[in-house]
Amino acid sequence: MTQRFDEMHDDAGAPRPHYRVFDEWLRNTSGPVIQNKRHEAEIAFHRVGITFSVYGEESGNERLIPFDMVPRIVPAAEWRMLEAGLRQRVHALNLFLGDVYGEQRILHDGRVPADLVLNNAEFRREMCDLRVPGGVYSHISGIDLVRAGNGEYYVLEDNLRVPSGVSYMLENRRMMARLIPELFARQQIAPVERYPDALLSTLREAAPEGIDDPVVAVLTPGSANSAYFEHAFLAQQMGVELVEGADLFVRDDTVYARTTRGPQRVHVIYRRINDDYLDPTVFRAESMLGVPGLFGAYRAGRVTLANAPGTGVGDDKSVYPYVPEMIRFYLSEEPILHNVPTWQLRKEDDLRYVLDHLSELVVKEVHGAGGYGMLVGPASTKAEIEEFRQRILAHPSNYIAQPTLSLSTCPTFVESGLAPRHIDLRPYVLSGKRIQAMPGGLTRVALREGSLVVNSSQGGGTKDTWVLES
Amino acid sequence: MLCRTADDLYWVSRHMERAENTARLIDVTTRIAMLPERLDRGKAEAAPWRRALDALGAVETCQKRYGGIDADSVLDHLLLSPDNPSSIYSCLRAAREAARAQRVAITSEMYEDLNTSWLEMRGLGAASIGREGLSNILERVKSRSASFRGVTIGTLGRGEGYHFMQLGVFIERAEWAIRLLDVVGSDGDLPETGEARDTIEYFQWSALLQSLSAFETYRRLHRQSVTPAGVAEVMLLHDANPRSLQTCTHSLHQVLSTLAGDKTLEVVRQAGALSAHTRYARIDEIIADGLEPWLQNAMERLDRLGNAIHRQFMTAADATETRPQIKAPFRPPSQLQFQAQTPA
Repeated sequence: MTQRFDEMHDDAGAPRPHYRVFDEWLRNTSGPVIQNKRHEAEIAFHRVGITFSVYGEESGNERLIPFDMVPRIVPAAEWRMLEAGLRQRVHALNLFLGDVYGEQRILHDGRVPADLVLNNAEFRREMCDLRVPGGVYSHISGIDLVRAGNGEYYVLEDNLRVPSGVSYMLENRRMMARLIPELFARQQIAPVERYPDALLSTLREAAPEGIDDPVVAVLTPGSANSAYFEHAFLAQQMGVELVEGADLFVRDDTVYARTTRGPQRVHVIYRRINDDYLDPTVFRAESMLGVPGLFGAYRAGRVTLANAPGTGVGDDKSVYPYVPEMIRFYLSEEPILHNVPTWQLRKEDDLRYVLDHLSELVVKEVHGAGGYGMLVGPASTKAEIEEFRQRILAHPSNYIAQPTLSLSTCPTFVESGLAPRHIDLRPYVLSGKRIQAMPGGLTRVALREGSLVVNSSQGGGTKDTWVLES
Repeated sequence: MLCRTADDLYWVSRHMERAENTARLIDVTTRIAMLPERLDRGKAEAAPWRRALDALGAVETCQKRYGGIDADSVLDHLLLSPDNPSSIYSCLRAAREAARAQRVAITSEMYEDLNTSWLEMRGLGAASIGREGLSNILERVKSRSASFRGVTIGTLGRGEGYHFMQLGVFIERAEWAIRLLDVVGSDGDLPETGEARDTIEYFQWSALLQSLSAFETYRRLHRQSVTPAGVAEVMLLHDANPRSLQTCTHSLHQVLSTLAGDKTLEVVRQAGALSAHTRYARIDEIIADGLEPWLQNAMERLDRLGNAIHRQFMTAADATETRPQIKAPFRPPSQLQFQAQTPA
């Protein structure tokens, strides 16, 4: 808790070896030059239009997610460990999803409580006994990692539904290469630019059987969505159509796009809308975003949805404590990446302990996301803690708790100059015929001093993430 | 290309064209309203403003919303009102919104340009008309439209998207050729004959030419004075005028033929027939047979063509529902006063 790990500096304040090149550049570059570059970055991001709209604010308010010029640098050996751990974890999670929607061996064996899965709001009965192409449910996964005071990496949460943010990984890299090209010449930084290409291959590999040259489309809720920029960006980078629900229709279990030259068949849909809105005839009836009949076409094996519906049961916070167990069960391996120790408030002992230690812990709603619906004990007032206590007591099983990790810090430009700010890391893992982790990811930074909340909706910024190749 | 994309792009350029032409309408109306007092027909000076609204079929709406028709209410309705879907304000907003939804299909320069237009427009209010001067604001609207047209021609690849944007431009502009003629042509308050009549007429028709940036073109084509029939000919039938009905229908036919490729489409036939109709017409014959029914007929055919474009390209075969069209209602031209007179 008191111990703090800084990515750039060791305990004595000296730059760590993998930061030496950057440190040198920083010391040899004058303040005004850096100031200019930061300004240039801001203007360029506005021009490209990488903005996001914040829910609850009047439409038309598009804000920039602040970009910070100090990269997060990951040494080669460290990345090799992370990469192996990420692939192992996503592999196990996909096997878990195939199992719970199939034979349910892990439930019969009692390794994961059956009621936790079968009564989970994210469990989609409609997915049972359905064979998905290649056995892949989560084609695109975002695994949130944090680094605690001891320098250890932990998995904070898995994102297997519609993980976002990858456009920032790509745009931040483009920006850094433009601002400080000399640093890329002086060291081997693993490229991330091939992500759209890898994504397209992954999606094409997920096509229904027998389709040699599948048509891929990105399905977006529309331009009002906060991640619309990313949907448009990825469609453009992959060279595929960006469609909304109303652009598609289903006839005879086959999905077509309405085009100026008549209906055109679509085989793989990278959907960026939630399960609930996919198909009003199966899920939420009032949904205007989805496509009537889409799920029927999916079940008939005529179209592939990526990610598959029902992946939410794999990344639910109540299921999260069992991921290490999944790895042992399906792969007979020990987990390479650790979970954050987690109290499950559905268990009486855990509940009692947590209620006694609320001011020290982080409590999260099991279905919550985006930094909403959570309590950060040490940063909360007595009144806030008491209010949250009542919410927990009303529905204990809705919550888990974790120790307040002192996330690692990275120097970040703030008003007063460079100062340490807490960061996390979301690498992206693609699962097609093979599982690959992109060497890099999205580093989010909590810009407020001392804050541990990195979500962009709550004042977080982003950094480029450099994985060194040697 | 997705039907929705085609539809959005079509309306981006159509809205920009509508904004520009509305600025031209306000311009000509302002000029006419400035007629010297000695020629004033002793009527409320609102007459030209009422005629402007009349050409758009918006008299009733405006009357209801503002309780009366005068320069201020019409200006607000046509320029600033967010409640009028065809005001310049609404057009720029709609164009920018549709472009935002189609950022993948257009160039970033195009989006940036529309964004600039919208941000400028958003800052306008009744007070800025007094501060900046109306004519400066109208110049800006026209200049923003010209900028967007230029950046589109200069940066957008010549694919389907470009063609659909061209369709939007030409169908909208064709309608305005007729509407703008109607604004001047329908002045029923002219004296029967005499010097006053000649002066007023000259003033009105040249105001129209000026607001269309067509005065020089007219002078080149007609050595004689500005006459109603001469102006009507330049606005309807001359391919030297980039805003004439003939230029627009001809372009529509060409673009649609390109889009159709080797397919035989009803929509191409309709455009071709309309283009031929304007190409081989003579102004003296039109006036002898009655300009009003001729314009009425052309307007109806444009309307049908717009629907046919929508049906052919913007709704897939399977679609049962169609997207609503935003369209200013058109009041048929009436009381057009023309002398059957042939330009030399």
